Amino acid sequence: MEEFSARQLRERIAAGEVNSVEAVKGVFKRIDELEPTIGAYISTCRERAMERAAEVDGRIAAGEQVGELAGVPVAVKDNMCTTFGATTCASKILENFHAPYNATVVEKLLAADAVIVGKTNMDEFAMGSSTENSGLKQTVNPWDTSRVPGGSSGGSAAAVAGRLCYAAIGSDTGGSIRQPASFCGVVGLKPTYGRVSRFGLVAYGSSLDQIGPITRTVGDAALMMNVIAGHDPADSTSVDEETAGLCDYLAKLDEPIEKLKIAIVPEFNAGAAEAVTKALAEAIEVYKNLGAEIVEIDMAHLDYAIAAYYVIATAEASSNLARYDGVHYGHRSEKAADYVEVYTKSRAEAFGKEVKRRIMLGTYALSSGYYDAYYLKALKVRNLIRGDFAEAFEQCDCIMMPVSPTAAFKIGEKVDDPLTMYLCDIYTIAVNLAGIPGISIPCGFDGESLPIGLQILGSAFDEDRLLRIARMFEAQTNWNEKKPPIVE
Amino acid sequence: MEYKVIVGLEIHVQLCTRTKMFCGCAVEFGQEPNSRVCPVCLGMPGVLPVMNKQAFEYAVLVGLALNCEIPGFTKWDRKSYYYPDLPKNYQISQYDLPLSRNGFIEIPLKSGRSKRIRIIRAHLEEDAGKNLHSAGNYSQVDLNRTGTPLLEIVTEPDLNNGVEARALGVELQRIVRFLGVSEGDMQKGQMRFEPNINLVISRDGREYRTPIVEIKNLNSFRALERSIDYEEQRQLAEFLESGKVIEMGNKTTRGWDDQREVTVLQREKEEAHDYRYFPEPDLVPVELDKRWLEEIRSGLCELPITRQMRYVNEYKLSDYDAGVLTSERAISDFFDEAVKAGGDPKRVCNLLTQEGLRIAKERGSSIAELGIKAENVAKLAGLVESGTVSASASAPIFMQMVETNKDTWSIVNELNLIQKSDAGELEAIVEQALADNPDAVKDVTSGGKKSKKARGFLLGQVMQKTKGQANPKVVSEILTKKLG
Ligand SMILES: [Zn+2]
Repeated sequence: MEEFSARQLRERIAAGEVNSVEAVKGVFKRIDELEPTIGAYISTCRERAMERAAEVDGRIAAGEQVGELAGVPVAVKDNMCTTFGATTCASKILENFHAPYNATVVEKLLAADAVIVGKTNMDEFAMGSSTENSGLKQTVNPWDTSRVPGGSSGGSAAAVAGRLCYAAIGSDTGGSIRQPASFCGVVGLKPTYGRVSRFGLVAYGSSLDQIGPITRTVGDAALMMNVIAGHDPADSTSVDEETAGLCDYLAKLDEPIEKLKIAIVPEFNAGAAEAVTKALAEAIEVYKNLGAEIVEIDMAHLDYAIAAYYVIATAEASSNLARYDGVHYGHRSEKAADYVEVYTKSRAEAFGKEVKRRIMLGTYALSSGYYDAYYLKALKVRNLIRGDFAEAFEQCDCIMMPVSPTAAFKIGEKVDDPLTMYLCDIYTIAVNLAGIPGISIPCGFDGESLPIGLQILGSAFDEDRLLRIARMFEAQTNWNEKKPPIVE
Repeated sequence: MEYKVIVGLEIHVQLCTRTKMFCGCAVEFGQEPNSRVCPVCLGMPGVLPVMNKQAFEYAVLVGLALNCEIPGFTKWDRKSYYYPDLPKNYQISQYDLPLSRNGFIEIPLKSGRSKRIRIIRAHLEEDAGKNLHSAGNYSQVDLNRTGTPLLEIVTEPDLNNGVEARALGVELQRIVRFLGVSEGDMQKGQMRFEPNINLVISRDGREYRTPIVEIKNLNSFRALERSIDYEEQRQLAEFLESGKVIEMGNKTTRGWDDQREVTVLQREKEEAHDYRYFPEPDLVPVELDKRWLEEIRSGLCELPITRQMRYVNEYKLSDYDAGVLTSERAISDFFDEAVKAGGDPKRVCNLLTQEGLRIAKERGSSIAELGIKAENVAKLAGLVESGTVSASASAPIFMQMVETNKDTWSIVNELNLIQKSDAGELEAIVEQALADNPDAVKDVTSGGKKSKKARGFLLGQVMQKTKGQANPKVVSEILTKKLG
């Protein structure tokens, strides 16, 4: 049962062939076994999950209609609010924070009868690319426990790869779904900005944040999208269905795109490790064999993406994180002598190093006298990058590139060198600036048997086509069927 | 030496929407602390604001009433500062693209003239909560007010004294009440003023400007007027003593001490406040197309000052009466309706200001809620005008109109209040009265001290006999004819 995809599991549960309680039990058996090593979860909710599973089984036995994820054990990144358990963002400042409401995405999962088994680890407030910035625990890569799972949704990716759930939800501000998915050999989709409601997602960079699925198969990503996508009146930036209609992402998933035109940016890909470029070239070969046409394009402003991103994201973060002040909720310093010290000491004590670094960067970028030179300029670059993509998509159906310059790196390797760490986001960041969707799917392994991901980018609100393109590759290969040695 | 006071106003007006600016919480004053809150206005992690369309339309309506330009595109910005009554530690406001700008307001001055004060901008933002400091060695925060739609209006420094500032405040209050967008209740903090004041002094052919003082959070017209008057004197004295003039960064902030009626220094130097404004990424900009704007504009009405002027100029009402009639839109609308139904403006005005407002006040309601029809008031005014009923009889008639909502005529008939003006009929009654009171007749005809009093007595006798329905003017004429 463990090797069922979420989709297969749901079908069998709904058909009464297997039951949800067994599936949840299986997941918790794995959690008992592997979680001490992998450390994917900040919290799990075994009892609650068992109760829900039993309830879903009961409804199926009674012949009732059940949701699209009926009985499927899923995990949610710990920056999405849930009324059960804590919502910590892997930060000491929210370590004991219990949200009074559910994120829209969580509500949708519950409405689809999913069984949430736990909240996954992440870089604190989603700031990082390795999950090493978690203020609460360390997560390792199931493929090699001396390596990082990627980040910031490292816990979600590790949980999916380690069979600690069947599917997970992550969030992606600069690659935080796609990069850990590639490091952990699973599928990660960052939908178009506005496609999935952000209500209840603890904000990092509000204009960049987007929630998406991390799954073992492309089909599971499509299934998850069927559940979580759609307009939310509580999120003014979520797109209304009149502007960008929803569809059943599973309906045409197995229909290949005819006369597929793929763009690559050769100059841009040159910076990746040899194993990564090799895997990319092989992946493109697969598409060629399916009849795809390859065009080489040039994207003039991609080089400025990292600079623009770290101005915009940190500026928004400096404002978004201002509310964690010890006054209304969260950690409050016991050493504060007056209200100003409640702010300064609470924040100094509970925020981690990287969070402080980004708050300072962002505050600086927004300060009077610097705003025009940094924030405003970054917005201009952002517009140029958007333009580059818009132009590119006039010539092609999708763009393919690596997800990360390398496969998973060693724990501790880059923690003291934030700039090198930032540069790892080179392939993922522009996508968030442009707001377009991107997917990472397994496309091979490097010399050390570490998974490599293929990144495919599509035009805005065209997740349907993007998933179909990804599925074309998946149907030809078996990379996603490989299991980390730890679960063998 | 000569000097002039220069005053610019920043005014905050809470809009009376049902719910808050960015969440569904009720806007209610005086409720139990922190009972009108939700995750959104508490600034909980993960929440997002959703714009209250009604608040936006109200704000645009005020912008239109203030003769502002209303751009078709406006956006939201975050204004950052740390304070316990501001849960997110930023306020959603509008920075460089406010929803209205470059307008003006006409304020009435004593002499029946008006003065035009330019408006720089009016923009929408969210109100903060309240810090309470009555609990001992800690403070408490009440966030019921957090997120209330707040319209900030900024004027050019076109005001020259406390009286003018007050007039602007009163006029603005009247406007927002007329438009129905705010109750403008100062005691509930629904209107707050922050004047910026300094003096321009000419001495020995040179001009000096005193440092600008901002007075924070005034919540009565009286405090507004008095604080400006006080500052005028204080700044003058300070200038004469120290010669201090305006410089970069020497603007100070003062508070108003209502008990002692003085301003008190709050912040010596205006700290270079860096609010780090940037566009609010959680809200989409508002695009106001022509159709929507016209829809909002249809909520506009003739403004109170325009009506007041019309009442004075066209209807020859006193400035005072015109002011009373235009203090509320309901009264003014009612008055206009009664006049339109044919009522003589002066008579209708008297009926409304004397009877209508008195009864409304007694019942704690407004004239519009009394249930009387404007056309019946017009009819009553007509009956008084023609002498069919006496002016003094209009009070019981008006009351009866409120009580029964019957037609004016049937009330007049029921109460038997038609005035007797028929000279022949009255002459008989007068003769009877004279015959019954020979002493009084003697007093009148003999002239002297008692004459006037005796005449009044005889008139009274006639009125008594007619149960007050005799037209006193006619009776008086008959008496004169009979007694000389
Ligand atoms: Zn609220």
